[in-house]
Amino acid sequence: MNRFLLPLTIFGIIVGFLAVGLTLNPREIPSPLIGKAAPAFSLPQLHDESKTFSLDETKGQVWLLNFWASWCSGCRTEHPVLMDLARSGEVPIYGMDYKDQRGDALAWLDRWGNPYQVVAVDASGRVGIDYGVYGVPETYVIDKQGVIRYKQIGPLDEETVAKKILPLVKELQAQ
Amino acid sequence: MIPEIGHYALILALCVAFVQGTVPVYGAAVGNPRLMALAIPAARSQFFLVLIAFGCLAYAFFMNDFSVLYVAATSNSQLPLHYRLAAIWGAHEGSLLLWTFILTMWMFAVTVFSSHLPAAMRARILGVMGLVSVGFLLFMLSVSNPFERLIPAAVEGRDLNPLLQDPGMVLHPPMLYMGYVGFSVAFAFALAALLGGNLDAAWARWSRPWTTVAWCFLTIGIALGSGWAYYELGWGGWWFWDPVENASFMPWLAGTALVHSLAVTDKRGGFKVWTVLLAIMTFSLSLLGTFLVRSGVLTSVHAFATDPKRGLFILSFLAVVIGGSLALYAWRAPRVGLGGGFAPVSRESFLLANNVMLIAATGAVLLGTLYPLFLDALDLGKISVGPPYFDSVFVPLITPVLFLMGIGPLAQWKKAEVPALAKRVRWAAGVSVATALILPLVLGEWTPLLSLGFLLASWIVSTAIVSVREQLAHMTGGGLIGRLGRLPRSYWGMLLAHGGIAIFVIGVTMVKGFETEQDVRMNVGDTAVVGGYVFRFDGVQNVKGPNYTAVRGTFHVSRAGRDLTVLYPEKRRYLAQNQVMTEAAIDSGLVRDLYVSLGEPLEDGAWSVRLYHKPFVNWIWGGCLVMAVGGVLAVSDRRYRPAWRREPQMVPAGAQLVGR
Repeated sequence: MNRFLLPLTIFGIIVGFLAVGLTLNPREIPSPLIGKAAPAFSLPQLHDESKTFSLDETKGQVWLLNFWASWCSGCRTEHPVLMDLARSGEVPIYGMDYKDQRGDALAWLDRWGNPYQVVAVDASGRVGIDYGVYGVPETYVIDKQGVIRYKQIGPLDEETVAKKILPLVKELQAQ
Repeated sequence: MIPEIGHYALILALCVAFVQGTVPVYGAAVGNPRLMALAIPAARSQFFLVLIAFGCLAYAFFMNDFSVLYVAATSNSQLPLHYRLAAIWGAHEGSLLLWTFILTMWMFAVTVFSSHLPAAMRARILGVMGLVSVGFLLFMLSVSNPFERLIPAAVEGRDLNPLLQDPGMVLHPPMLYMGYVGFSVAFAFALAALLGGNLDAAWARWSRPWTTVAWCFLTIGIALGSGWAYYELGWGGWWFWDPVENASFMPWLAGTALVHSLAVTDKRGGFKVWTVLLAIMTFSLSLLGTFLVRSGVLTSVHAFATDPKRGLFILSFLAVVIGGSLALYAWRAPRVGLGGGFAPVSRESFLLANNVMLIAATGAVLLGTLYPLFLDALDLGKISVGPPYFDSVFVPLITPVLFLMGIGPLAQWKKAEVPALAKRVRWAAGVSVATALILPLVLGEWTPLLSLGFLLASWIVSTAIVSVREQLAHMTGGGLIGRLGRLPRSYWGMLLAHGGIAIFVIGVTMVKGFETEQDVRMNVGDTAVVGGYVFRFDGVQNVKGPNYTAVRGTFHVSRAGRDLTVLYPEKRRYLAQNQVMTEAAIDSGLVRDLYVSLGEPLEDGAWSVRLYHKPFVNWIWGGCLVMAVGGVLAVSDRRYRPAWRREPQMVPAGAQLVGR
């Protein structure tokens, strides 16, 4: 081969990789928890402190666990998506109010709407550590046996819900 | 209204750039002087149009015009004026405008300082630069318009990222871009020469000062960025091998190779094809850096907010510009022919080896930077490549370069004798080895890396002394000072730039070898000892800044019972974005920095505190500054001054002919 073509060839290969790279998300980090049983918890509920919510209560259904907080702007971004998803009735969403003040959280839900079946309060962030939460919002898809199937870091958007979450939920529900 | 004027000016600039990129190049191809002459007015008017756009954006920032989306996103009415103006380049759209503005400034400079160039050459150079400008203006106008309106206007702006509210950040991007974009001149010279088929020593002489000036700016830009990271990020590091840092370092390495390769082409007519390739590579790496920073293909601490459309645009632009120029290279370079021959031991061969090692180092950095992307694209998993890779690969590659740096300037052109050369450097070698063996022991610790650092630094300095002595010995008449003064400035420039490297190496060696740090919990009144200095924590108080509130700690520093200084590190909370920033307090000195940064508040008024003692850390940036001053000195050499050029050449004709 003509040695003067070598730089062009190398460059072509790099451009090819960069083009593929554009379609990938370097921030998407696979969670080691995927395929493992969801860590157990039992926490007070947001709307009624005297009641608790524990992992066992969700056995037998496919559900979403959404970590959120009233102080988190990303949660505000994804909120309309969660509201739509809740209205569609396709999958129950449970909330985990993460390192938040009870009053603030209740006011936030009153103002923007409540997509959750039940909201548990993780005031100390202990459960967040068990689930490997980097930052809110984060959303987990958990199957009928209580196994984590998918983890979304950062806000959900309509595309992710339509292309990833809902197909996965349907598949898991059919099992 | 004003933003619309700016927008309109950009559209006009795009039209002008398009004309500048096509008509003069065509004129040069068909030999039409009137079409060629269009290049100069086109380039100048483009400069003024982009200047108007830049002024309009600056005005919007000055007036806090939050009906401009970009201003609303990156500024705030509480932000002090100098940061409001620096916010022009505080995010993607504005920094692109700065990029383009600097590109047109370089073009303008070419129109002013190119009267000695053949008209066709000048038309092609400005044409190529015009085409690069078309790409950037199109990019701005299509997917990154800084003048986009926000209707209804925001009441208040979101504020400039607090990390960027720092004097270093005001200067870092313009310097860096002056460097990146400056290499577009060398690139345009190379393409013009390929198009015209006249790659000769004159071409190299013309491109040399432009390349060196761009290199100086890039050196300063990188040093400013590194210094900023050191005192602003609060953990005392000065280089992290982050993809974005690498993006600026790769053009620097390639540019350094280019500066040296151009010297051979200029003096000896050799390395022509290689020099052209380096010129293309250097600017391509600058463009690649722009892509990496703005496309989101890599995770980095300081990437811009990303948008897939932008990524696609820049990638297509890269493919056209770099792919096109490499195709032109593949087509035209085979006809260029070789320069004068040289023996395996000669200044040429040393410079070639230096070039090869520098490019290998560039390749290693490129590989490490893109490796996570490669693996991800091939679905082989997610990894991150960090300092361990870069440190272990880069040091062995750059060590021979530093060794050659000492011996290269001593070797004769064309053919050097090894025994004679060895004899000339024997005492330099002896001094260096002795320093390497003894100095670490004197300082209290002997490790291979410390020894290597001192070996290289003293080798560079001692060979430079040998070189000056020999130069003086060859001169006759005049006192010592007079003879020193008669040495050409380009020679002093080279020595100074190499000396800068030695200073830099000493700084890195000392910091890596002898820095001490402590992460401690301190109650009010507690003391901690780091590197022989006693730090006493005297509590914190609340202070208020123009757009932040802060907790300010007070630390009394003493040594051997003598009070030295008081340091006030801060933990700032910027109000607009409610973001907490660590503002380290540093007592800087020639031989050491004392560095305190506040961590987190603990119970009972105690704080977690980080204390560092960093010997010679300022030599790292001082070395860079000296390198850049060396570059400036080299450019100021009389051989580059157009006014002198019109006089008959002072160099004897024979010396010129040897090179051909």
